[in-house]
Amino acid sequence: MILTDLDEHDILKGLRTLLAQKGIAGPAEIAERIVQTDAANPGQGAAMVARAWTDPPYRALMLADGTKAAEAMGIPMRGLPPLGVLENQPGLHHLVVCTLCSCYPRAVLGYPPFWYKSAAYRAKAVRSPRALLREFGTELAAEVAIRVVDSTADYRWMVLPQRPAGTEGWDAARLAAIVREGDMIGVTIPSA
Amino acid sequence: MTRPALLPAGTRVRVRLDWPETRGPCHIRTPYYLRGQEGVVERPLGRFRNPEQLAFARPAEELALYHVRFDLRRIWPEADADLLVELFETWLEAA
Repeated sequence: MILTDLDEHDILKGLRTLLAQKGIAGPAEIAERIVQTDAANPGQGAAMVARAWTDPPYRALMLADGTKAAEAMGIPMRGLPPLGVLENQPGLHHLVVCTLCSCYPRAVLGYPPFWYKSAAYRAKAVRSPRALLREFGTELAAEVAIRVVDSTADYRWMVLPQRPAGTEGWDAARLAAIVREGDMIGVTIPSA
Repeated sequence: MTRPALLPAGTRVRVRLDWPETRGPCHIRTPYYLRGQEGVVERPLGRFRNPEQLAFARPAEELALYHVRFDLRRIWPEADADLLVELFETWLEAA
């Protein structure tokens, strides 16, 4: 039998049957997980970031245990890889990549942008990160160090960007609206 | 059986210079560009089942996973950055 000669629907049906027979995942659980996966979007991560900017105990929780911080915002994390959060600082900028494949914090950011899985992004992120950031329009001051985060194993990583100047007095909803997915990958930085 | 103590933050380590890919089918979570490179343990991340075994549905023991920091300039002079990466204990040796 050659797998690629089979009809894809037959393969999927066979896989679902085996998952149920082996007690790994039943139809209801698979349906629930598909709904959760499709519903995940960068707005969830942005809400976490905005809350971290306005709620110091939440920021501390987010940096210590990203999974708990996501769950505190109602984001389903059960059975998913632990979430780690890395905070940008005045002299330190984080950039997340998965050079091996496509590890991405989908639970809090949704599906990755198309370029995240490209060979070009993955290679440039580790080899010439400052030039890569320039391609995204992000010009860091020379004294800002770059820390590339190669997501290779069991964690998923997101960046907590710095709160931009000019947002004093803004509430969390207004702050969340300026946080884009790229800010939480580290290819861009938010601005007011 | 007692587990060996976790390596504390600041421990200097070297990634094993090994190429299991040359010996047969395998599933490795240690990037090529770090093999043989020296880094510093940033912090232990916990214990996770060995993906090199899990990928083949073989019994998989739990291994310590570390966030290890490297100077990327020592690998690519133009890199101008450092790197944090998750590595399993079986890939790390004393440096």
